Amino acid sequence: MSASTTDSAMPLEPMPKAGKQGAPAKRQPDIIRPYGDTTGDGMVQVSFTLPVPHDKRAEGAALQLAAKMGLEPALLVHAKPMGPDFTFFVVYGSAKHLVDLREVTVVEREFPLLSPTEVNKAIKSRLRRKLVVVGACIGTDAHTVGIDAILNIKGFAGEKGLEYYREVKVVNLGAQVLVPELVERARAEKADAVMVSQVVTQRDAHIHNTTTMSAAFREAYPAGQVPLLVVGGPRFEEGSAPKLGVDRIFGRGTTPGEVASYLVHALAAPTTKEKA
Amino acid sequence: MSSRAKPLLDLDPATVRQARALARKAGRPVVKLAQSHTTVSVERATLRLAGLSGADHERVPWVNHLVDAVRAEVGLEHGVTTPVYDALRRGEAPDLLTLAQKAASGSVQFRLPAGRETTRAQALARREVSRGIRTIDKQRANRDRLITRHGDPEQRPWIYLIVATGDIYEDIPQAQNAAREGADIIAVIRSTGQSLLDYVPEGATREGYAGTYATQENFRLMRAALDETSKELGRYIRLTNYASGLCMPEIATLAGLERLDMMLNDSMYGILFRDINPIRTFVDQRFSRQIHARAGIIINTGEDNYLTTADAVEAAHTVTVSQLLNEYFAKEAGLEDWQLGLGHAFEINPELPDSFRMELAHALLARQLFPDAPLKWMPPTKHMTGDVFRGYLLDGFFNLVGAMTGQGILLVGMMTEAVVTPFLSDRDLALQNVRYVLNAAGGLTEDFHPPRDGFIQTRARQVLGDAIDLLTDITQEPGKAPLLEAIADGTFGLMKRPADRGKGLDGVVVRADDYDNPATTMLEEGSNR
Repeated sequence: MSASTTDSAMPLEPMPKAGKQGAPAKRQPDIIRPYGDTTGDGMVQVSFTLPVPHDKRAEGAALQLAAKMGLEPALLVHAKPMGPDFTFFVVYGSAKHLVDLREVTVVEREFPLLSPTEVNKAIKSRLRRKLVVVGACIGTDAHTVGIDAILNIKGFAGEKGLEYYREVKVVNLGAQVLVPELVERARAEKADAVMVSQVVTQRDAHIHNTTTMSAAFREAYPAGQVPLLVVGGPRFEEGSAPKLGVDRIFGRGTTPGEVASYLVHALAAPTTKEKA
Repeated sequence: MSSRAKPLLDLDPATVRQARALARKAGRPVVKLAQSHTTVSVERATLRLAGLSGADHERVPWVNHLVDAVRAEVGLEHGVTTPVYDALRRGEAPDLLTLAQKAASGSVQFRLPAGRETTRAQALARREVSRGIRTIDKQRANRDRLITRHGDPEQRPWIYLIVATGDIYEDIPQAQNAAREGADIIAVIRSTGQSLLDYVPEGATREGYAGTYATQENFRLMRAALDETSKELGRYIRLTNYASGLCMPEIATLAGLERLDMMLNDSMYGILFRDINPIRTFVDQRFSRQIHARAGIIINTGEDNYLTTADAVEAAHTVTVSQLLNEYFAKEAGLEDWQLGLGHAFEINPELPDSFRMELAHALLARQLFPDAPLKWMPPTKHMTGDVFRGYLLDGFFNLVGAMTGQGILLVGMMTEAVVTPFLSDRDLALQNVRYVLNAAGGLTEDFHPPRDGFIQTRARQVLGDAIDLLTDITQEPGKAPLLEAIADGTFGLMKRPADRGKGLDGVVVRADDYDNPATTMLEEGSNR
C-alpha cells in the first residue's frame, strides 16, 4: 500500500498563517482533504454494520467496503459481533477523494432560522401584539399529525410547537374542518396566518382542497388583507405555492422552528422602509 | 429498594406528609368530578369487556357504532349497557355484535327500561361484562405464573428499550433481538397522532408514522412473540404500550385482556401536551387506572415531558408535584406502590456547573419520596445535539445516576437521539454503556452517602420546598376544582387548558342518578361476577 496517486494532487503547501489582527484575509486553498492530525492526511473514521457473522471473511468484507468508499489505506480497528448474524466495525482510513470548495453550492432558505426567543422578540418589537395563527386539517383528512407537530407544544423533532411561543396565539381547529368554518374562525380571531395541513389525501384532493381554501379567503377578505396562507403536507410540490394561491408550502420534515421563522420573515420582517 | 432502611436524604417527615396532604387536597375534587361523569371511551371500553370487537368495512369499530347509536337515542348519562342489554333482552338481535351491526344501520330501537326490566337488563349486562373482567384476572394469573417460571431480570433497574417501525411484523423480530441483547422491557411506540383518534384501530397494522398503531391484534401478536423469547432466554420479557389520548380506557382494557405488563399512563399529559379536554382526561384516566390496578399492570407516568418543555433546573419541582398528583390519582384508583413507575428525566443542561450533582439530587429526591415505587428514569433528549460522541458520554452519566440512586426502570438512551431512528449498532452500544455502568458502579449505592447539608441534600430539600409552594398555590385557586383552575391558567408549563375546551369534550357526559356501569362496579368492589 504505497502512497496513492491522488496524493500528488494535494496542495501540500501549508496554509498561509493568519497574521496578527487586521491581517489581510487569509487565502484558503480551493482543494482540501479531511484532517486527522496532519494537513493533507485525509483521515476519517466510519462505523457500520454488515449483515454477516463475525469472522475473518467479515473483516475482509469491511475492508473491501472501506476501499470502495475511497479509504486507502484503511485500518480496521474494531470488529464486534452483534448477535449471530451481524458484525459492527470501526474503520479509520485516508480518504482519497478531494473536496473542491469552488464546486460547493449552497441552497439558501429565503429566511433566517430564528430561535424561539428571537421569534418572540421579533414579534413583540415589530408587531407589538401577539401573532395569531389559525390552523386546521381541511376536507376529509383526519390526520392531524402534521398540523399538531407544528402547533402543539409537544412539537416535532425535538422542537416545541408554536403553542410554546409566548408571542404566538395558536387556534388549532383540528381535523375535518370545513372551509367556510375556517374562514369564519380566521376572521373572528383576526388571524395573521392560516395554516392548513393535508397529510393523507386521495387522488389530488390536497390540491383541490387548497385551491378551494385560498379562493374562499380571497373572496371573504378585501384585497391585500388576506391572512398569510400556509399549507403543509408530504404531497405538495415545491414551488407550486403561486399556482395554489397560497403564500408558502412546507413539505415533509418541516419543523416548528422553520415555520415560526418564516412567519416572522413574512409578517414581522425588520423592514425600515415601511412608509408608503 | 433499600432506601427506606437508610435514607440518603435527610427530609423532614412532616414536610413529606404535608406534600402528600396537599396533593390529596388538589386531587380529591377532580376524583369527585371523575365519579360524576362518563365518556364515550369509558362506555366503549365497557362494551369491549363484554366481548364486542371488530369494525365495519370502513374500519369504524362496532363499539363506536353502538355507543353512538345509544347516545343518539337515549343518551349516555345512564350508561351504555342498560339500554344495550335491554335491547338484547327484547330480542332486537341475537347477540352483541349483531346488535351493533343493526344499530349502525339505524334498525334498532333503544329505550331506557323501567322497574324490573331495568334490574334484569343490568343483571345481564353485569354477567356479560364480568367475562372480560375474569379474562383480565386470568391474564394476570398467567403473568404471575410465567414470571415464576422464567424469572425476573437479575438486576435493577430493569432495562427498557423502544421499538418503533410502524409495521408490527417488523417490530416483532426487532423486539425479540432487543430482548436477546439484554432488554427486559420492550415498549412499542405508537403511531404519531393515535392519541387524537377517537377510536381504536383494528387488526394487525403495517403502516404508522414514527410508530405502530396500538390495536388489540398488535398487542396479541407482540405478547405471543415475547412469550416465546421469554422462554428462550429464561427471563420474563415485559411489554409496554401507551394508555393515553382519547381512547385511554379502551387501550387500557385491551392491554389487560392481552396481558401487556406496563402502560404509559399519565394523569395530565394529554391535557397539557395534546390539548385534550381536562375533564375527559381525568374521567378516562380514572377508569384506565382501575383497569391497570386490576390487571397488575405497572403504569409509567410522563414527568419527563415537563423537563423537555421547561428548564430542568427551574422546573425540577414541577416533576415532584406531578409525581405526587400521579401517586394520589393512582392510589385512589386502586394501584399499589409496586405499580407506580413514576417518571423523571436527566435533562439538565450539561453546560451548567454541577449539573450532574443536581441530577443526583433530583433523582434521590424521587427515590426517597416514593421508596416502594419502581421509578422510571428517562435519558437525555433535549441536550442531545447530534454529536453522538458527546451524547454517548452523557448517556453514561445518565446511567450512573440510575445506578447510584436505585432506579426501577431505566429507559436506555441512544447516542443517535434526535438524529436517526437507532441503528442496530446504536442499540448494542447503548446496552454496552448500561451494562458497563451497572457492573462497574451498581454497588455505589452502598458507599454513597451525601453529607447532611451538603450540595445534594440542600438541593433536594429546596426542590421539595418549591413543590410544596406550588401545590399550595394550586390548592388556593378558586372554584370547586382548584387543580382544573390551575391547569386553565397555565400553572403547568406554559399551557393554558380551560376545562370547557380541548379535544374530546363532546365525548364527556354528566352521569344521571341511575347511571350504571357494571365494569366500574366490579372494579371498585373487586368482584368478578
